[in-house]
Amino acid sequence: MKSDKLKFFAFCLAVLLAPLPLSGSYLTNVLVFVGVNSILALGLNLLLGFAGQISLGQAAFFGLGAYGSGVLTSVYAFNPWVAMVVVALAVAAFAFAIGFPVLRLKGHYLAMATLGVGVIANIAFNETVDLTGGPSGLSGIPNLAIGSFTFDTDLKNYYLVWGFALVMILLSLNLVNSRFGRGLRAIHDSEVAARVMGVNARLMKVQVFTLSAFISAIAGSLYCHVMTFISPTSFGFNTSVELLTMIVIGGFGSVYGSILGALLLTMLPEILRTFNDYDIIVYGLLLVVMTIYMPGGLVKGVPALFRRLTPKKAKEGANA
Amino acid sequence: MRKLITTALALFTLLCLSTVAYAAAPIKIGGLFAVTGPASFLGEPERNTAQMVVDEINKAGGIKGRKIELITYDTVGDTTKAVQLANKLIKNDKVVAIIGPSTTGDSMAIIPVVEKAGIPLISCAAGSKITEPVKKWVFKTAQNDGLAVARIYEQLKKEKKTKVAILTVSDGFGSSGREQLKAQAKVYGIQILSDDTYGPKDTDMTAQLTKIRGSQAQAVICWGTNPGPAVVARNAKQLGLKIPLYMSHGVSSKKFIVLAGDAADGIRLPSGKVLVADLLPKNDKQKASLLSFIKDYQNHYKAEGDHFGGHAWDAVMLLKGAIERGGDTPAGIRNALETTRNFAGIGGVFNFSPRDHAGLTKEAFTLVEVRKKDWVLVK
Amino acid sequence: MELLNQVSQFVISGLATGAIYALIGLSFAIIFNSTGIINFAQGEFVMLGGVLTILCINALQLPLLAAICAAVAGTTVIGLVFERLAIRPLKNATPLALIIITIGASILIRGLVMLLWGKDTQALPAFSGNDPISVAGATLLPQHLWIFGVTILVIVGCRLFFHHTISGKAMRACSFNPRAANLVGVSVGRMVLFSFVISAAVGSLAGVIIAPLTMTAYDVGVMLGLKGFCAAIMGGMGSGLGTVLGGLILGALESLGAGLISSGYKDAIAFLILLLILFIRPQGLFKKGETDRV
Repeated sequence: MKSDKLKFFAFCLAVLLAPLPLSGSYLTNVLVFVGVNSILALGLNLLLGFAGQISLGQAAFFGLGAYGSGVLTSVYAFNPWVAMVVVALAVAAFAFAIGFPVLRLKGHYLAMATLGVGVIANIAFNETVDLTGGPSGLSGIPNLAIGSFTFDTDLKNYYLVWGFALVMILLSLNLVNSRFGRGLRAIHDSEVAARVMGVNARLMKVQVFTLSAFISAIAGSLYCHVMTFISPTSFGFNTSVELLTMIVIGGFGSVYGSILGALLLTMLPEILRTFNDYDIIVYGLLLVVMTIYMPGGLVKGVPALFRRLTPKKAKEGANA
Repeated sequence: MRKLITTALALFTLLCLSTVAYAAAPIKIGGLFAVTGPASFLGEPERNTAQMVVDEINKAGGIKGRKIELITYDTVGDTTKAVQLANKLIKNDKVVAIIGPSTTGDSMAIIPVVEKAGIPLISCAAGSKITEPVKKWVFKTAQNDGLAVARIYEQLKKEKKTKVAILTVSDGFGSSGREQLKAQAKVYGIQILSDDTYGPKDTDMTAQLTKIRGSQAQAVICWGTNPGPAVVARNAKQLGLKIPLYMSHGVSSKKFIVLAGDAADGIRLPSGKVLVADLLPKNDKQKASLLSFIKDYQNHYKAEGDHFGGHAWDAVMLLKGAIERGGDTPAGIRNALETTRNFAGIGGVFNFSPRDHAGLTKEAFTLVEVRKKDWVLVK
Repeated sequence: MELLNQVSQFVISGLATGAIYALIGLSFAIIFNSTGIINFAQGEFVMLGGVLTILCINALQLPLLAAICAAVAGTTVIGLVFERLAIRPLKNATPLALIIITIGASILIRGLVMLLWGKDTQALPAFSGNDPISVAGATLLPQHLWIFGVTILVIVGCRLFFHHTISGKAMRACSFNPRAANLVGVSVGRMVLFSFVISAAVGSLAGVIIAPLTMTAYDVGVMLGLKGFCAAIMGGMGSGLGTVLGGLILGALESLGAGLISSGYKDAIAFLILLLILFIRPQGLFKKGETDRV
């Protein structure tokens, strides 16, 4: 447990110092989005990596958070912080309500149902033109502010988003090691066995679904205040798939793996740009090859690879 | 050791020489286009055209002896990526101006970025929201949707048709058109009897058209980009819809006629003049620009230049003019852009002013009709 | 009377679209039934069918029928390669890993087609003209009849294959219990390969016969795949006829929703009904319930 705390502090330090060498570079801006995606990936990983419940509609909660905050602050002039809390609670309540019927389903049926929720939400963003601006988007969303201090630069937003991300990470770490977390993993391994052992599997699944929706909604609120403009294309099926990919690449059921996945996938376009128009092919290939040869994601795969190649470095690599 | 010194010396001389040769560093401009993704039909010709125009300018000696360097990135039509890439152009590449993005969504998303950084942006997207209200640093070359709508309504009014049905695609382009269609209807005394939409990937629109067939509409106006409108045209023919079908400028390329086949016959649409350049009278101001654009594009890419590429042509040429008059600083370029008058480009004759950063009138559009797989002007 | 005519048009157009969903749904079900895999690259097979046909006509100057055969054969080979390279290497994969692999493969195939073929939408000429036919107050195109005809042929073919041939029966055995099938001498690996081959062929055939109506481009597969998946789920992911009915119902609902309620929300209506079916009858509309094996 002590090493866990140490790891977290080291990570905090890394987050704190990361923008310094980048001063003024646009990479700070990219890291802001890495932060948003980290929160999203973390939310999904709780559901998928720990409880083993697939969701292809995570973008719906992200979008509801973003549109909720966006509409309340730009149209109805709510205080952004109040809006963020109200929206996150409302989204969580919504998730709780649909969680019962949705999570009764398993495997590909669950995938299809969550996908359906995602598609319906996206259509709603597109069609409620009077409220959301429809496909041409919603602009004029204010930046977040504390008193007269406005989060209006990349650096300020970076600390804002990562502040939230760190809180979420801490929350997840504690959750994973709690009684609740152990229950979740039991469901993941065998739901029937977990039930027999007295875990209220159904309720727990809904609870973690709700939590994951809550976290995604917060990420949505942050995203809309950072961007100050949102449009429905950011909350479609592709986004849900991208989030899934982050977890697969980073590491299934690993808190830091989610962050790593978010970092890699958000930076990937930068790296792939050297491939010019071929980037989409490399992206697809990466997904297939990674899943076949590194099913645990980088967090588990890379240390394993290290161990095989250079036995000495094993310890270093395994610290994720 | 000696060898090393010689190499170093050689390198040093080379370096000196090269600095002399490039005493004037190139002027960097950025381009953001949706080269892949759902809006690639816009982004690809735009990027190609921008690169072509910049190459031509450099071949002719650049601007006041300085070369232009165009740095383009692909936004994939994703607003988040557009924002990141706009930041990259401004902070890392240190460009003095940005051309694009291709879509209204991407443009709206990066407006806060360029406004804050004070970098002039010439958007190639059509949404009128981009320059209404006027933003200090934002200009655009694509004709406002509103102008296209006005051109259609004017024609309907001339023919004393007052009842229409509209069918728009549910993406940025379609919804912007839908807004304009509804907003301007009253001005022209037109009544919208049915207001339907279809999805960008829909494959069958007979349901919507059947509904329209049952209404009293005297014309159908469909707002979308390929391939949707081609499907609408084919479905309309299948259903035997007798009333005239109007399309938007979103399909004003030969491609539409190819896709819709026989069903395209008789369809009318407002189009930039590039489509009918050779039919224009000799005294048309734009004719010279249009013919040179079409010729250059044919030489470079062995394909027909369309009016989407034209948006980028206009943007680069406007920028060239602004740099010639206002220098190579962002502020200088912006001020020179705002005072641009009578620039006859591909999209129309531009007249920017502090109150108008779109710069076009509805004369930018001509109404054309498809007849025997070709365009004719509607009188 | 006018309304009645309209409704009949909605239903008939909807059924025509639905037949396509049914074919794609069937191709989903074939793979799922012998492997338990939901192949998210299924839509790309559909896309390949149309794209390859047009390619064969334009580049190789083949006559229509030959081009179609070549395209279906080509897609089948791609399905075979896909199974060998992406599915076979994985042993004991979780459903999730398979979902991600097939999503990755679909991105890959789409990207390759985009680069090799371009981003343009292209049309295939109709098989037998474009003169509308009048049926019960509604109009149809000859191509719609092709769609219905091919769909029926494929259903009958599948039925005969799975119930009356040794290979078909072996594939069904694999779906019920792979281990038991293996024990009685069925090569499960070969059956998996087989299912990908058949599924790719059916999917691409669907792509070919709608290309004249809807045109085709590198990115048409996503939405068609999703709708086909929907149809298969509605039909309970397996029972051949159930999937077909699922597709037809989905198509009709979409068209009726667009015509009578709201065209903007038509997909939402379809998915909402899908969700309701999942909640109330997760085993599909036409299938008896099963108990979980532990």
